[in-house]
Amino acid sequence: MKLTLRVWRQKNADADGAMSTYEVDDVSPDMSFLEMLDTLNEELILKGEDPVAFDHDCREGICGACSLVINGDAHGPERTTTCQLHMRSFKDGDTIDIEPWRAAAFPVIKDLVVDRSAFDRIIQAGGYITAPTGSAPEAHATPVPKPDADLAFEHAECIGCGACVAACPNGAAMLFTSAKINHLNVLPQGAPERETRVLDMVAQMDEEGFGGCTLAGECATACPKGIPLTSITGMNKEWLRATRKAGKR
Amino acid sequence: MTSYTDYTTGAPVADTKAPAGPIHERWDTRRFEAKLVNPANRRKHTVIVVGTGLAGGSAGATLAEQGYRVVQFCYQDSPRRAHSIAAQGGINAAKNYRNDGDSIHRLFYDTVKGGDFRARESNVHRLAQISVEIIDQCVAQGVPFAREYGGLLDTRSFGGVQVSRTFYARGQTGQQLLLGAYQALSRQIAAGNVEMHPRTEMLDLIVVDGRARGIVARDLITGKISTYFADAVVLATGGYGNVFYLSTNAMNSNATAIWRAHRRGAYFANPCFTQIHPTCIPRTGDHQSKLTLMSESLRNDGRIWVPKAKGDTRPPAQIPEDERDYYLERIYPSFGNLVPRDIASRAAKNVCDEGRGVGPGGQGVYLDFADAIERMGRKAVEAKYGNLFDMYQRITDEDPYEVPMRIYPAVHYTMGGLWVDYDLQTTVPGLFAIGEANFSDHGANRLGASALMQGLADGYFVLPATLNDYLGRNPRLDEVTGDHPAVREAVAETEQRVERLLSVDGDRTPDSFHRELGELMWEFCGMARSDSGLRKALERIPQIREEFWRRIKVPGTGEEFNQSLEKANRVVDYLELAELMCLDALHRTESCGGHFREESQTPDGEAARKDDEFSYAAAWEFTGTGEAPVLHKEDLVFEYVHPTQRSYA
Repeated sequence: MKLTLRVWRQKNADADGAMSTYEVDDVSPDMSFLEMLDTLNEELILKGEDPVAFDHDCREGICGACSLVINGDAHGPERTTTCQLHMRSFKDGDTIDIEPWRAAAFPVIKDLVVDRSAFDRIIQAGGYITAPTGSAPEAHATPVPKPDADLAFEHAECIGCGACVAACPNGAAMLFTSAKINHLNVLPQGAPERETRVLDMVAQMDEEGFGGCTLAGECATACPKGIPLTSITGMNKEWLRATRKAGKR
Repeated sequence: MTSYTDYTTGAPVADTKAPAGPIHERWDTRRFEAKLVNPANRRKHTVIVVGTGLAGGSAGATLAEQGYRVVQFCYQDSPRRAHSIAAQGGINAAKNYRNDGDSIHRLFYDTVKGGDFRARESNVHRLAQISVEIIDQCVAQGVPFAREYGGLLDTRSFGGVQVSRTFYARGQTGQQLLLGAYQALSRQIAAGNVEMHPRTEMLDLIVVDGRARGIVARDLITGKISTYFADAVVLATGGYGNVFYLSTNAMNSNATAIWRAHRRGAYFANPCFTQIHPTCIPRTGDHQSKLTLMSESLRNDGRIWVPKAKGDTRPPAQIPEDERDYYLERIYPSFGNLVPRDIASRAAKNVCDEGRGVGPGGQGVYLDFADAIERMGRKAVEAKYGNLFDMYQRITDEDPYEVPMRIYPAVHYTMGGLWVDYDLQTTVPGLFAIGEANFSDHGANRLGASALMQGLADGYFVLPATLNDYLGRNPRLDEVTGDHPAVREAVAETEQRVERLLSVDGDRTPDSFHRELGELMWEFCGMARSDSGLRKALERIPQIREEFWRRIKVPGTGEEFNQSLEKANRVVDYLELAELMCLDALHRTESCGGHFREESQTPDGEAARKDDEFSYAAAWEFTGTGEAPVLHKEDLVFEYVHPTQRSYA
């Protein structure tokens, strides 16, 4: 296949960026999208040009590093991560636009690489269960009903890639934040910190400059792990419950 | 000039620090004998932890909980992305919840035997003991393990064992365990006990007066090279499988931290012990950048076969049952498809070498779920393996519910690593290595679901106990500052290396060299090794290295985000480490575990160990780039599990 790529190039956080156009030949349909970019970069290096910077690591769809907006869609046309997108999803002669995640809370570092440390700070605000090493009771001491365990798992699958934020017209991080809250709050082990967790994480989310939710639903559509939109409703319920409880104290 | 193959043998490793006495009491003994550090004094100690995977993440969190000041690094943009996240299958623990005859002693026995009698008994027994605490710890953190309808934990069996002791979270066990450690670490970051430096890569170790006292690291965004000082340094930087270019490792997983530490005095043990995983998706072409694992748990229900006839190119559905060779079930009737990884990989290679491989280039075997779907129903198969099947379909464009999967072995894990004693301390005092970065527990072959167990055992439980002892015995080390000659030298060397990489301005990319080296290693130091092949590789590697420094092209500058520079810098270290791997493989003229020497096999083609000559861990001392290293042997004594030729028939 022969393709035309229009790629966002930006030297660093302070520089202005612009789209640059590149032609790539001999693209095999079995290539992953990132392998296609690898071949472009090999050519650019040999021509003495700066290769396109992009985040990637496991290339198995689980580390959450890769983060490209492809033809306007976070992670491109398939419901998967960019690294698991293959060129068979495109056809010969296509023009493909490649941009970084775009959100106020994710500033660009270079080209297609953005700073997602805001996500780490949301987790630091309460996305954990306080269980210092050595303090744990025997694992079978507290049975967890299978439906609860499965529900927790469904939300725990979030890979923290940020596609939900990139897809959201408001740049909201509701789906990311709610996934962690639902994961931990549904488990008996997470119960003691149930209220502080949701209040602190939501407060941090707001402080990081993420937008609010208007139920556009783009986040759940873009999520490569299928975190459902109802996750956000679950978080809102937890937040209301915690707020009411805090008011009574 | 001496050739690299003219290594010399130095003094044997004198003391592993493993206590004497009955094996089940040794860990208690060591912990009791270890010096403690008063909680009030702990905050006066700084500990550097490099890496945030299962080992590093759990160690950083636990040391900070204990009150130490932790300064931690990862090259990724977030500690949550360390490659432990990609582990699929599960984590072993001797809970015996199934009442199927499991015990700490059996897990210990299975691990020593699975490792083909090349691991240290004391360490392995400790690992088995700690395994049960790990599950408790992870459940308390909210790790959503798979559960039965009664609300209790589910387990499954894994290659190389006959009990069901593997705890799992669908096909994402590594992800869930890592997020547990990451969340514990996040709590400590928020509390101000851990100073976290993401997107920062360690480029050298600082050794002052014979002790590890800090690191040189590069900020990957600004390119700034800085020094960080501490009372002890912990490397949790993973394995070196990416030497092979194509592996199941993450693209940026690298050997720089451990190799730089080796150059500064830490012995490197058993570098040739690499694990080739039997169930990976075969490569599709030259563009291939990495290989993807299909969890070994698939071997529980999938059946592996190839056509009986050579060159049979019919689609699998058209090959009748009696023309299929379920070769693992045929050769190893009692373990069948669940033989250990090294055996399954080599068997796949053998049938492909015979011309019976399937798929493009004949480099593949079938992993067939037709029977499982008939027996359990498609829904049950979906529930158990759904995400793996989806991943397979996405990569290959084939539906594994309809057509058998095609799999082929790929480099997956490295059992070798920095030599450590029972305390997980390297030969450089104050430098510790944990998780895959060390060599300690898996011998010549790691059993499935044991990497996660070892990473978390080291990080949550072992290191926090043994590091106390080191700091307790060295309560007041002199302060190190940037003007110390050792520090200035380490910084200058790092800066010179970066400048040199940028100044060659040749005509080959870092990837082209990495690919060339990887192909060489896969051919001569992969699934089967021979004297002549290894000598060829040892001749070729210095030539590639020389060419590298003549022709490498790295665009841009060092004072910016520069992924080509990062890559080139890692390749420099692969080009040295590869040579040591080949030498180690050449010197070990026996076959054991993942190390198969063509000259040493039984009449049936199984690996033949030579216990009289090679019952030792080979710890290599660095003497200079391209210079013959010095071999130090740690004799392995088997008091509890007596070496036998492994049999899985």
